[in-house]
Amino acid sequence: MLGKLTLSAIPYHNPIIMGAVGFTILVGLVILGLITRHGAWRYLWTEWLTSVDHKRIGVMYIVLALIMLLRGFADAIMMRVQQMVAEGASQGYLPPGHFDQIFGAHGTIMILFMAMPFLVGLWNVVIPQQLGARDVAFPFLNSVSFWLTAVGAMLVMVSLGIGDFSTAGWTGYPPLSELGYSPTSGVDYWIWAIQISGVGTLLTGVNFLATIVKMRAPGMTFMRMPVFAWAALVTCVLIILAFPVLTVTLALLTLDRYLDMHFFSNGLGGNMMMYLNLFWIWGHPEVYIVILPAFGVFSEVVPTFSGKPLFGYKTMVYATAAIGILSFSVWLHHFFTMGSSANVNAFFGITTMIIAVPTGVKIFNWLFTMYRGRVQFTPPILWTIGFFSAFLVGGVTGVLLAVPPADYLLHNSLFLVAHFHNMLIPGALFAYLAGYMYWFPKAFGFRLNEKWGKRAFWAWLVGFYVAFIPLYVLGFMGMPRRMEHYSDPAWLPWLEVAAIGAVIILFGIIFLVVQLVVSIRERQATRDLTGDPWNGRTLEWATASPPAVYNVARIPVVNALDSFWDMKQQGPAYEKPPEYADIHMPRNSPAGFVIGVFAFLFGFAMIWHIWWLAIASAVGMLATVVARSLNDDIEYVIPAAEVERTENERRRLMAQAATQSPADTGADVIPQPLPQV
Amino acid sequence: MRRLFLRGTGLLLLPLLSGCSDLRLLEPGGPIGAADRNVILVAFGLMLIVLIPAVIMSFAIPWHYRATNTKAVYTPDWKESNRIEAVVWTVPALIVAALGVLVWISTERLDPYKPIASAQAPVEVEAVSMDWKWLFIYPHLGIATVNQLAFPAKTPLSLRITSDTVMTAFFIPRLGSQIYAMAGMDTRLHLEADKPGKYLGENTQYSGRGFSRMHFDALAMSRTDFNRWVKKVRQSPQVLDHASLAQLEKPSAGVPVEHFSAVSTNLFDSIIAKYKHPSSGHAKAAAASAPAAVHTPSHPAGRQDTTPEAS
Repeated sequence: MLGKLTLSAIPYHNPIIMGAVGFTILVGLVILGLITRHGAWRYLWTEWLTSVDHKRIGVMYIVLALIMLLRGFADAIMMRVQQMVAEGASQGYLPPGHFDQIFGAHGTIMILFMAMPFLVGLWNVVIPQQLGARDVAFPFLNSVSFWLTAVGAMLVMVSLGIGDFSTAGWTGYPPLSELGYSPTSGVDYWIWAIQISGVGTLLTGVNFLATIVKMRAPGMTFMRMPVFAWAALVTCVLIILAFPVLTVTLALLTLDRYLDMHFFSNGLGGNMMMYLNLFWIWGHPEVYIVILPAFGVFSEVVPTFSGKPLFGYKTMVYATAAIGILSFSVWLHHFFTMGSSANVNAFFGITTMIIAVPTGVKIFNWLFTMYRGRVQFTPPILWTIGFFSAFLVGGVTGVLLAVPPADYLLHNSLFLVAHFHNMLIPGALFAYLAGYMYWFPKAFGFRLNEKWGKRAFWAWLVGFYVAFIPLYVLGFMGMPRRMEHYSDPAWLPWLEVAAIGAVIILFGIIFLVVQLVVSIRERQATRDLTGDPWNGRTLEWATASPPAVYNVARIPVVNALDSFWDMKQQGPAYEKPPEYADIHMPRNSPAGFVIGVFAFLFGFAMIWHIWWLAIASAVGMLATVVARSLNDDIEYVIPAAEVERTENERRRLMAQAATQSPADTGADVIPQPLPQV
Repeated sequence: MRRLFLRGTGLLLLPLLSGCSDLRLLEPGGPIGAADRNVILVAFGLMLIVLIPAVIMSFAIPWHYRATNTKAVYTPDWKESNRIEAVVWTVPALIVAALGVLVWISTERLDPYKPIASAQAPVEVEAVSMDWKWLFIYPHLGIATVNQLAFPAKTPLSLRITSDTVMTAFFIPRLGSQIYAMAGMDTRLHLEADKPGKYLGENTQYSGRGFSRMHFDALAMSRTDFNRWVKKVRQSPQVLDHASLAQLEKPSAGVPVEHFSAVSTNLFDSIIAKYKHPSSGHAKAAAASAPAAVHTPSHPAGRQDTTPEAS
């Protein structure tokens, strides 16, 4: 009836896990209680959970990312504390099986359930507006994508309290991840969480590719498209090419585990080397899937806060495309030590280094955008400046690891761990946080508190260095990654410093939470009535903050790169159209949520071999899709009169903002162009 | 409490004072390690040509052109310069080209499979990674050890490496290059120690619960000490045959050093062969040479202790 699932799957004898489960449930109950107390269930259901509005979905993605950031960070600090104490005679507080779940969960969560939702969330909020479109190409599919991603994250969270998580690391190398060596459902949680969310990611890639190719405003040629959209376009191509490889690879591993096949097993013709190749053919492009959108954020933030157009726009576009193509030619550098011939290793070492050239060019182009500009040290620009030097150091250590003989020493060491955190924390997370603070007013209509934003930045930056520079040193001391215990006392002091770094980062996270709370409380004072709080250059700043559900009352006509800036210069930015037309918008639909619920049941059933439930939920998913497809009533019309009312109200607010001095509105940025009403 | 306080205050200084001898990769004990390290240093030096100016620029430019510095030049529409583009593409490209040459030459030269040129005949050792210990077989000496790899200094050490379990990686940080150990296959590695000494040997590839305790002593000895050591091993009452191998294959971690005075012939090949597909030529050949041991488990038995949280 319940497959492999029995009561013994609940680790009730482990106080640490049960504490974490209890805490998670408690927080969940508090949130549910608050929703009930404020009678917000109907609002939540009709306006958010069933929404197909890209802006709402984007916000939900980012909320998911921030929650998973907390979970992933909790894992990180547990590892740092364990390694700070587990030397010599001390065994620390985490037994091997538990520690091993934590590092696997940390990696899986941070890449797939923090970074991916964060970047897709930013795309959702920004890209359609930046293109002058009313929504994405497939709004309902967008809702399905979100719920599938959320389901993957849910499965990882459930593994905390029911069963266990994979102890084979986030890469799940066989034969360790095969049934013979990992007989519990941990690896199955890992597989199904990634598979289900992976389908969501693939659909997102298709959706945004179609949006960017087909839904740009008239006049916005590809070479007039903002670099953030360009980065998204290249990233979507990477997603569409790379994620199916991951899906197939995990499907083969699933066949090994469920049907006793031998694609990657020890023996009977199985070959783990095939898995390593396939995994990294997805895995390396995945690094760029996470990083390219981040480069896109910096390419928006730097010009805006430097009061200048982006330096070398064409170069940026070509460099982005080049990185995208090259990212498929480097996968073997993840396993130089597997015994490939010298020629093969040298080839992949050189292709890896070649990527450093377009990446380096990007950094110089951002710096030359600031050159002879007026750089305002707002939180988004601070994240960017912090990123520059940290990312340069990470790039250098990356090129070192690309030299095969150097990698023969440094592979699998904490040097490697320091390197990729050095790329992903400043390179991806700093950018996402910059984007979060940059576009927050657009999404919510008020600005985030700058003081707490800057405090969060400094804590993150300092904490990052204190936490990861010691790991570089430990790599040179010969300390491998993923150790739950060690016997070399010389490693101890460095691990203590690293743990201090993690605590400093904890303050960075606390400051982010404080910033959000403070900003919500003072939202009346920091309202953005103009829709353009930073004197922006791209079309998303042409709309109200937050935009009307239809984004733009009339689709704008683009005549230049930095099109909104151009409109502000030429005059038509805030021109009142002679008349408004009816607007067709997609209707909200519970189908995405329902598919998500069935997908969750399906994943859970597959993990625990509850076959009847797996079949039932698969049928449920299919039936929901069919029912949705048969429904023709999926659009509604906003009458022209209502559009006019909305737009007039916006104009009234803008006029009100124009009469207030910048100090009153809390705007401390450089002169706002007066909206021409 | 006092200890914690001292730790806390001395924390930032302590690592710096702890001495260079702990930086194993920068203090190599043999020619391969030294060559690997030199590649790191040369590559790092080359990259400093870009790194230093870029890091300085990354602070100097935003600071000089800060909005409050109204004396700085402001060109609000300037957005391209072919000259700058040429420099920012060319300089990194030239450095990468130089590094590419370094990669090609050093990768050929430091191929782990390439024997070390030496007047001395190499000592051949077959290394087997097990759950969670290392087995070393000396085929020509007919002896074997667990978690202890002894060899004469100034003599090439020629290793064939396989795994009797999941994928692992064989690494002696101070001697240089590491390489994976995989079941059903053998990888090669050639190392050498300059002088006698005791070095940390480890598995760097996470391989399950006992991973953290899967290390061994690499003992480089003088010729006479090595001969004496061999004699001592030969006096061990234990013999490594298929029965004692089956005992060793049972998962255990942090096990003490063991010596075996004799080893069944072709034991290493039979360990490889048991993970081969029965139809493959290699397996048949090995099965013919060591018929007793060959069985083909798809999942090695007896590793059921990987249940989630037993302790």
